[in-house]
Amino acid sequence: MALERSDVEKIAHLASLGLNDADLPQTTAALNRILGLVDQMQAVNTDGIEPLAHPLEASQRLRADVVTERNHREAYQSIAPAVENGLYLVPKVID
Amino acid sequence: MHQLTLAEIARGLADKKFSSEELTKTLLARIAALDPKVNSFISLTEELALSQAKAADARRANGENGALLGAPIAHKDLFCTQGIRTSCGSKMLDNFKAPYDATVVSRLAAAGAVTLGKTNMDEFAMGSANESSYYGAVKNPWNLEHVPGGSSGGSAAAVAARFLPAATATDTGGSIRQPAAFTNLTGLKPTYGRVSRWGMIAYASSLDQGGPLARTAEDCAILLQGMAGFDKQDSTSIDEPVPDYSASLNTSLKGLRIGVPKEYFSAGLDPRIAELVHNSIKELEKLGAVIKEISLPNNQHAIPAYYVIAPAEASSNLSRFDGVRFGYRCENPKDLTDLYKRSRGEGFGAEVQRRIMVGAYALSAGYYDAYYLKAQKIRRLIKNDFMAAFEEVDVILGPTTPNPAWKIGAKTGDPIAEYLEDLYTITANLAGLPGLSMPAGFVDGLPVGVQLLAPYFQEGRLLNVAHQYQLNTDWHTRTPTGF
Repeated sequence: MALERSDVEKIAHLASLGLNDADLPQTTAALNRILGLVDQMQAVNTDGIEPLAHPLEASQRLRADVVTERNHREAYQSIAPAVENGLYLVPKVID
Repeated sequence: MHQLTLAEIARGLADKKFSSEELTKTLLARIAALDPKVNSFISLTEELALSQAKAADARRANGENGALLGAPIAHKDLFCTQGIRTSCGSKMLDNFKAPYDATVVSRLAAAGAVTLGKTNMDEFAMGSANESSYYGAVKNPWNLEHVPGGSSGGSAAAVAARFLPAATATDTGGSIRQPAAFTNLTGLKPTYGRVSRWGMIAYASSLDQGGPLARTAEDCAILLQGMAGFDKQDSTSIDEPVPDYSASLNTSLKGLRIGVPKEYFSAGLDPRIAELVHNSIKELEKLGAVIKEISLPNNQHAIPAYYVIAPAEASSNLSRFDGVRFGYRCENPKDLTDLYKRSRGEGFGAEVQRRIMVGAYALSAGYYDAYYLKAQKIRRLIKNDFMAAFEEVDVILGPTTPNPAWKIGAKTGDPIAEYLEDLYTITANLAGLPGLSMPAGFVDGLPVGVQLLAPYFQEGRLLNVAHQYQLNTDWHTRTPTGF
């Protein structure tokens, strides 16, 4: 099933990506080619095969529930897009 | 001086033939003069390099020694470096100075390595040609009209151009091994979990792994020694002891069982590369190895499965770039959705956007089983193939790539054509196995690599085989004209 332009608009919305209208036909074509390649998977018999998420099948390690992070405020202030008087500035669109 | 390997530099520094400061100045001058032709660096860190070099010289004057003490290296620009731009090759992070050092960076700095700069790469490590960088394409020193491979193309081109002896790199689907093959270097992707991913900007977290790029296996052993080891900061780091990689380099290959998968020699492989692979097999046979034909029947399914798993993980990982907390922010957003969409639409390049969308689609309601779960099942089939093969053989050998480096622009706009070039490297990432590429000859003046794969945590075995091969061949010593 090939993606339509409207499908790509929906996927872009899910991914919070603003696409240019002019690029949509090209993007739709590229995604359809990639999904065509990916669809070759459907011919593989995987009956009874368990999915593999971690190559060594390790599970997540746990650690003691104690504070290990130090305060990096200065470093974070220095890389923020905009700061003023030690505060982080964000556009007014955020309540 | 720029021709010296890491091993030779360590001896020269120990014998006081030159200082790290002299070496660092020489290499920085060489980069300033020649890198405009290659574009292998995104940032140079001259001040840091000179202070690290002086500190290393002082430590040596105090009687300290160490294979990396005073050795010049560079980091792929996705390893976080405190106070230094860490761009990931993206407009999204052009203004990002990391607030901390990656574990790989801090370990190598503690060992006394000198950081000359941050190397160019495909945007967010998504690419096989280093053409998708926001900072422009990297040129292959062997032929400046050709790609150096990717995504660690800047690290590879810088080492190939003799700007420095070794560099860090990362490999998600072949991004260390393929550029190594394209630029006549030795490159090693370690076992998943061997090298810490903490501070390494994530592309596909279950596949990403850092490793060394250098001219020789001996140097890869030295650099890997400084990078590898358990890190409690990385929840997927494996707590296994790190062997002495240099100590096992000289083990005899007598009786070594090398498996050659018959599936590797199908129609897609350039016959001239096939011939060079067979020559390398003959060379290893002379050294005592025993060759056996094996089968990896699910090899052909790796690319489709990879292009679900990697984009799915990428779409999740890259959701952190929202224009709010750090990185690129669009001008004058009219509401929150506009801020997100335009910051991401303007900050990410075309290939990154494609992969995010493929991943978002594969993970979306109604498609998860058909795509992501199916791909994970194929992933197990691929791992099972390897486990069966390693019952019979010690290492697996084949071509690293089906073709030599292509011309810059030749595959632009055709992502599939580029994806298919990763045919031989992707399986090691899906299975989490260590893999190495080593120089094995030339086709039309362009380097060709041979890939070796081994069971989990057998990096030492790969380095041993490559080192013995390099003691008996001289492909890895060839220098590109003009460098």
